[in-house]
Order: sequence, then C-alpha cells, then structure tokens
Amino acid sequence: MSAVLVTTTINGDRTEFVCETDETLLDALRNRLGLTGSKEGCGTGDCGACSVTVDGRLVCSCLVLGVEAEGCEVNTIEGMADGDVLHPLQAKFIEHAALQCGICTPGFLMAAKVLLDKNPNPSEVEIRFALAGNLCRCTGYDKIVRAVKAAAKEVRKR
Amino acid sequence: MLEVSLTGSLQDSADGLASISIDARTIRELLRKIVERYPRMQGRVDEGVAVSINGEIFRDNWGEEIPEGAEIYLLPRIRGG
Amino acid sequence: MAHDPSYTNQEFKVIGTRPPRPDGLDKVTGRAKFGADAFAPGQLVGLILRSPHPHAQIRKIDTSKAEKLQGVKAVITSADMPDLTNGNRNMLDILENCMARGRALYDGHAVAAVAAIDMPTARKALKLIKVGYEILPHVTDVDEAMKPDAPIVQPYVRTTGVEPKPKKASNVSQVTQFGHGDVEAGFKEADVIIEKSYKTEQTHQGYIEPHACLASVGPDGQGELWVTTQGHFAFREVCAKLLGMEVAKLKVTASEIGGGFGGKTHVWMEPVALALSRKANRPVKLVMSREEVFRSTGPTCSTSVDVKIGAKKDGTITAATATLRYQNGAFPAIWAMLGAMTSYACYNLKNVKTVGYDVLVNRPKVTAYRAPSAPMAAFAVESTIDQVAEAIGMSPIDFRIKNAAKEGTRASYGPKYGPIGIGPTLEAAKNHPHMRARLGKNQGRGMACGFWFNFGGQTCTDLNIGVDGTVTLTVGTVDVGGSRASLSLIAAEELGIAYERVKCNIADTGSLGHNDMTEGSRGTFSSGMATIFAARDVIEVLRERAAKTWEIPVEDVVWEGGQAVAKGKAHGNLTPLTLSDLAAASPNSGGPIAGHNEVVADGAGVSFASHICDIEVDPETGATKVIRYTVIQDAGKAIHPDYVEGQFQGGAVQGIGWALNEEYVYGEDGRLQNPGFLDYRIPVCSDLPYIDTQILEIPNPNHPYGIRGVGETSIVPPLAAIGNAVSNAAGVRMTHVPMSPPRILKAIKSEQAELAAG
Repeated sequence: MSAVLVTTTINGDRTEFVCETDETLLDALRNRLGLTGSKEGCGTGDCGACSVTVDGRLVCSCLVLGVEAEGCEVNTIEGMADGDVLHPLQAKFIEHAALQCGICTPGFLMAAKVLLDKNPNPSEVEIRFALAGNLCRCTGYDKIVRAVKAAAKEVRKR
Repeated sequence: MLEVSLTGSLQDSADGLASISIDARTIRELLRKIVERYPRMQGRVDEGVAVSINGEIFRDNWGEEIPEGAEIYLLPRIRGG
Repeated sequence: MAHDPSYTNQEFKVIGTRPPRPDGLDKVTGRAKFGADAFAPGQLVGLILRSPHPHAQIRKIDTSKAEKLQGVKAVITSADMPDLTNGNRNMLDILENCMARGRALYDGHAVAAVAAIDMPTARKALKLIKVGYEILPHVTDVDEAMKPDAPIVQPYVRTTGVEPKPKKASNVSQVTQFGHGDVEAGFKEADVIIEKSYKTEQTHQGYIEPHACLASVGPDGQGELWVTTQGHFAFREVCAKLLGMEVAKLKVTASEIGGGFGGKTHVWMEPVALALSRKANRPVKLVMSREEVFRSTGPTCSTSVDVKIGAKKDGTITAATATLRYQNGAFPAIWAMLGAMTSYACYNLKNVKTVGYDVLVNRPKVTAYRAPSAPMAAFAVESTIDQVAEAIGMSPIDFRIKNAAKEGTRASYGPKYGPIGIGPTLEAAKNHPHMRARLGKNQGRGMACGFWFNFGGQTCTDLNIGVDGTVTLTVGTVDVGGSRASLSLIAAEELGIAYERVKCNIADTGSLGHNDMTEGSRGTFSSGMATIFAARDVIEVLRERAAKTWEIPVEDVVWEGGQAVAKGKAHGNLTPLTLSDLAAASPNSGGPIAGHNEVVADGAGVSFASHICDIEVDPETGATKVIRYTVIQDAGKAIHPDYVEGQFQGGAVQGIGWALNEEYVYGEDGRLQNPGFLDYRIPVCSDLPYIDTQILEIPNPNHPYGIRGVGETSIVPPLAAIGNAVSNAAGVRMTHVPMSPPRILKAIKSEQAELAAG
C-alpha cells in the first residue's frame, strides 16, 4: 500500500484526496469523494458511463489514475448545473425523454457538453459521432440526439 | 362440462391426453379436479400453469369464473423479460 | 372494494400528455442512486472466484491461506450455503448457479467468495484460494449437445414430453409441441413449399449497469439488501429461502435500475453477498465487473431452427411447421417452449405444428431477455415467409396481410384471439411512406412481424393524500423505463388533479405487500390498474368526508374535476370542496385519507408489431448500414407517449444489434472469448438513423384505460426485418444471425461461386 495525497480542483472547488497509486480516478471520485454520479459500466473505457473532463478534455475516468489528476481541473456531472439552473443539455434531456434507466445519462451529458463547448451548431452526424463513445441500451439514441440538437439551439441563444 | 385442452408437455402428466372433460366453475376448481384425476399434475401446478379462458390467459387469478361452454386451454406458465 | 377492470371508452385530460418524469432531475445531476451507489458503515468488499473451465469436477477448495490474510473477514464456498430447498429442484438449480456444488458447469461459474476490508485485499485473497479441478469434457453448441455421445451437463435430467419415458440422462430437458390441424395434408395442398434451417447466436441483455448489491445480515436473523433488480419482492423470497431466513426479516430495497431487459429478474450473486455478510457480521458490497456480467449472468439462448411453410398460389398458407432447438445454458428451462408457442402467433393457420427442444450446454444459465425466445423464432419464420411470398409472386406485405391472425383466429399455441392488432399494424405498414421511399444502390428493404404475450400478475399500491392535498402514490413495481411518470399520470387522471401534485415512489419490501417483478411488459399495465382502483377507493373516502362536512347524504356528493360537488337543488348553495380543502379538514373528519388496492392483474392482452427497415450492404466488405427504420406497434393506450416511443426505439435497436453484431464467441476450450463491450459490440449512436415510430391504440378490453404492455414486442421483428432487408440488398438469403460482415461476405462469395459453377 502506498497512498498518495492528490490536490485538484473538482467542479471548481479545491479538493484534496488520498488514493493508492494504482487506483482509478473513477474509484477515487466515487469511493473517496462520494461523487457517485460518474458510473462504472465496464471499467475498460468502452461504455463512457464514467466520462468526466480533466483540464477540459473528455476522458473515461476508469482509464485515468487518481494520481494523474494532481494539479488538474476535473469536472463531473455533479458540477454541470449552475446552482439551481440546469445546463440546457440537462433540461433538454428531461424535456425530450432522452433517458430511460438513466445510468448512461451522466456520461452522455458530459460528452455532449464537450461537443457543444467546441461546436454549438453540430449536425446530426456530428452529434452521433461525438457520442459514439457512450453506450445506451434503453433508448436507441433517437431521443438523445434530438435532445442534444434542442440544447444546442438553447446554447446558441445565450 | 368443460373440454380442457392440454398443451405442450402438460399432456405428459395427464396420461398423454390432449384434452379432458371436467366440470368446474372456477380455475381453482378446475385445477383441483385435474390434480385429483391425474395426481402427477400436482407437480406441474406447483411449477406454475396458466389457464386460457376464451383466449384470455390467466396466470394467478384462480378465483376467475369460467363461463358455461368456454374454450379452455391449460398452458405451461410463461415468463417475460 | 371490488372494481371492474373492463375497458371504458372515455375522454382523457392528462393521459396521453408528455410531462417531465419525476426522477428526471436526479438522473441528469448524478444524484440518482443505483446499485453500486450505496454505502454502509463498516462495509466490506466482496469478490467472487469463478471457474476458468467450462466443465470440471471440483476436487478440493483450500481457503486456509485466504482466510489467514490480514483484512479478510469471510471466505465462503458452497459449504456455507447448504441446500435448504427441501427437494425443490428449481430452487436448488438457482442455488447451484450462485455457487458451484461439486462441479463447475460453465466458464465463469462461481466457486468461492471473499469479503475483505478493501478491494486490494479482496483481490489478493482470491488468488490465495486454491481449487483442485478435474477437467471434464464439455459442450457449448446446441446441435452438438443433442448428439447421443455428447457430454452430459446435468446427470439428473431425463427428457420430458417423449414416450416412452427415457431412463438415461440427456441434454434435452424437455420436448414441447403445439399446433392444430393436419400439416401433412396441408403441405399436399400447397403449390409452393419452402424449407430452410436457421441459426442465431447467443446475445446478452447488455444493460449498462453491472449487477450490484449491498447486503447486511446480523446474527439476529434480520437483514437488508440494497440491490439493482427488476423485482425486489421476488428477490426477497428467493434469497430468504436459499439462506434459511424468514421473509419478513429480510428487507429488500430496489435501487434505481440501470437497465434489466429480463436479466435482472433473477438472482446471481445476491445470495452470496448475504452469505458473506452473515459470516462476517458486517455489511458487504458486491459489484460485478463487466466481464463477470458477460461470463456469468443471463444471456439469451443460441438457437437452431428448421422451418417449413407451404402456400397456394393465391397466397393462402396451407401448412407450417417449425422445429426449434434452444440452448438454456447449464440449467433446464422453458425457452424453446416459448419459441414453439410464439413462432406462428401472427398468422391465421389451418394446419400448424411446432416442436421445441430445450437443451443443456456448458454455458451460463439463460434467463429472460425482452420477449424471451420470440425474436429467434420470428427470425426463422419471417425469413421463410418472405421466401414463400417471393416464390408465389406476392409482395411480402400483401402475403402477410392475407394470412394475418384476427379476432377469433385460433392461435398456433392454442387459444382463440380476442381483438388484436396484427392486421392494423400491417395495414399501417403498407400505407407508411417508408414503404414507398426510393432505395439506393446496394440497398434493400425488409419487413417482419412480431408477437408477444404480455403479463399482468400480483400487484399492490397505496395512495395517500397529504394534508396539503398532494398525493403520494406508492407502488411495488420497479421503474425500468419511466413508469413513475405514467403511473402519476394515471393517479392524476382518476383524481382530476394536476400531474405535478402526484409523487410516485417505489416502496421497499417492508412498506408494501407483494408485487411481482417488472417483467412481461407488466409495469404500467398492472400497477396502472391497481392505481386506478386505489384512486377510486380514495374518491369514495373523499365523498364521505365531504358529505360529513356538509352534513348531507353521501349519495348527494359526486367527485368532479378534482373536487366534491353537492348535487341536487337542496344543496345549491354549497361551494365545492377541493382535494386540498378535504385534506386540510381530514384530522377532524376521520383522519388520514388513503386508498389501497391489491389485484391480480390478469388479461394483459397480446401485442403485435410490424417493422420496416432499409439496409445498405457493401458487397466488397460485407459491412452494413441501417438507412431507415420504422416501428409500428399496438400499445392499447399510450399513457405517456414519449416512453412508449422509447420502448419501441430501444427494443428495435437491441434487435438491430442482435441482427448485425452481437454474439457470444466460445473457443474450442469452452471459454467465452469476448466478455467485454469492445469485442461484444452493441450498437452505438453513429451506427444508427432516427428510429421512426407509429403508435396504434387498439384498446385492451381487460384494462379500464385499454392499456397493453409495450416493453417487449419491439425486439421481436428486427432480426427478421433486417435479415430480409440484407438478403434483398445482397441478393443472397441470410440464415445465420448475427449477419456480421464476415458472414455476409461469405454468403455473397459462395453465391457467386455457385452462379459461376452454373
């Protein structure tokens, strides 16, 4: 056992945690910090349910070590809403019934946010490829794509 | 008197018969009388059966009344996902 | 109070609208708690050791070193889970599947488990357990397993459904037969007969959330289980029985469920978690890895099916048969029987016969997967239907319309149908613009029909009125796809109030009577019925309270538009009392206002769908692309159309994955070669177009609102619809699912070779 102290900024707050050197960022977020919004669907980077951003880059937190977050800015689903105001993606996912069971939803929202931050006017094809790293088994993706389109429209208005 | 058709492997437990005549007014009475006549049917009833009355499938409601002359099928209990 | 479940035609106020779901906010903010999201003070980490062999005698398990490791609090084997099933073979099979008893029956079968203070310690402990295996011959293919010299998977199994009764063990656990008429005579009348064999590979439900639970059992015999499940009441009963606990002393709470599709109707490792917790006297959290989910939990069957259909030139089917061989994994089940029942359910046939063979192999125990067994049978039958139509020169849609089942048709599985929707879905398909859309180069169109039974079952709900007039609806069916929204709509409709004034909760097993699982498309159908009845009971109480308040006879009070209204000239001056008024006055008018209903909701009503799809096939590589997809299905009544569409789209896409990509690949060594989402490839966003839907509403006569189940039928037609489309695009008949690029390419090449050979 060789625990290490890691200093990061998580969802805007300076945060310190201790983790093993072989521990994933996902496990650190979930088990050490109680941020269980990021989900483990596979542990091998195939499903995207654990998607977070590290310094603005979309990553599968199951493929990143906790110690790699040292000095980085990490954003998770828990930090997506601005106080009591939902991000347009969150609002549109609810409005368009873009979730059924909801286990993949945090990952989709993180991936979609990274897309809209870069490209606020994506085509259907661009949306589909931007979200191709996230698996959903309930919806057939139809309402997810529609929700992202609707959210993009909101984002452009801002 | 009802003509009760037995489907699938249920015939196995009723001496291989495809249909049997039984006088019953509810599913409960029907199942009781079938087991009385064919004791091996008890195991099948314990595993679970379904009764189709005029095309409508009942799995649990043994109090359901059976109309005179109804078409009755005894089916293995089926499952969904 | 007795209530009438019959359908009444009525104008709805909120039913059919699309309000936001009550659990939406929690699910978009990461707050919703799923199976792996619970923590308990002092909790341990559980891990399971699994057999690397498909079939082996377990000579010895030495756990002594693991037990001695610092931080290990419990190690268990089957010796810690004694057989308390009292001769109930089905229950013993469940126990044996949770933990091997002397023999490992498939790659991934649990043989031992540990509970330790943290994950690294638990992993280390697993490595210290030494298992002495004597490897036995294995069989993983359904046709191989039926051969007389095949290794026997379960020595206790004797084939049922055959005469004379076999004395020797067999891998065929049962033979079942359905049908009517005289098929031999029917085939003699036919102008065209097509006979073909098909294969489908094993697929997994593929829910994104792995199985997870948090178990806690104390030496006082009381326990709690937090678990991702489709049916916490059933889990409670099975776990209590297997562990020798009293049902009332085990409280099971269903977490939010991250997908189930049938795979979470069955216990896999929950009894193991409870046994570990009991031995350690500490809470134990057990979460499966994705690899464990693939190797050890609920896939559906791989199958091998022969179909023969004969028809006259005018398009009448004269006879149809199917022989269906379904592997059930290592434990006997009824999956081929369900295939035999559903094969021809869409058609009106004079002569039909189906025979199902349920077969054991060294693979994981098969469990339900969305309309279990129906998609594979439909693939074989609907593919053949297209070939017969072609042979007699009719369009596939007209041929199906001509032979479609209708009210009064004798179903191939026995009974006669009531009012059903196959005809209307076919007519809608024929008239759909999709049918007339132009196809591009290398593109083909296919269609297919599908059937599923739907079930009701035991259901129980509470409806409580708060002092401010808001409504707490408590149900016991797990919400897998938005049922809290649809049930809240139903309560609001009955009471005449706004949807926002209802809050629907899923009760734990300590808070409500028994509810069957959310399976068989029953959630909204059966809890909807119980909610309607509970609300009607509440309205009776509200009328009484209003009558008391006004000091008039209850007969003079009616419930209209969400308020009590006094009827009759004598009461003209009485201002109506709203739900809020009556709730505020309740402490002095008789106390809490509540309704409750227990019902066995039978009569769920069969459901039919027709799907149309366009597929493009690259003749150079065999790669496919779904160009367009349309689902048409009868919902009885769509309570919340968004979630009905969601079920249609989700089922169709699971079927698309099954048809084109997904398959369990077993090696010669009997081990699963692809237990991960990289190699077991489910459809992703960029693989698909929008999935168009058309909801038909043919009321179910056995539900007050006409609801039928909608969850399952949508997975039945895709295999065949895509098979027909690919065959039309590639110019060669596909008979093996999944139609992966190598299989399509091989079919194209061998067709070309045949043509070249003349």
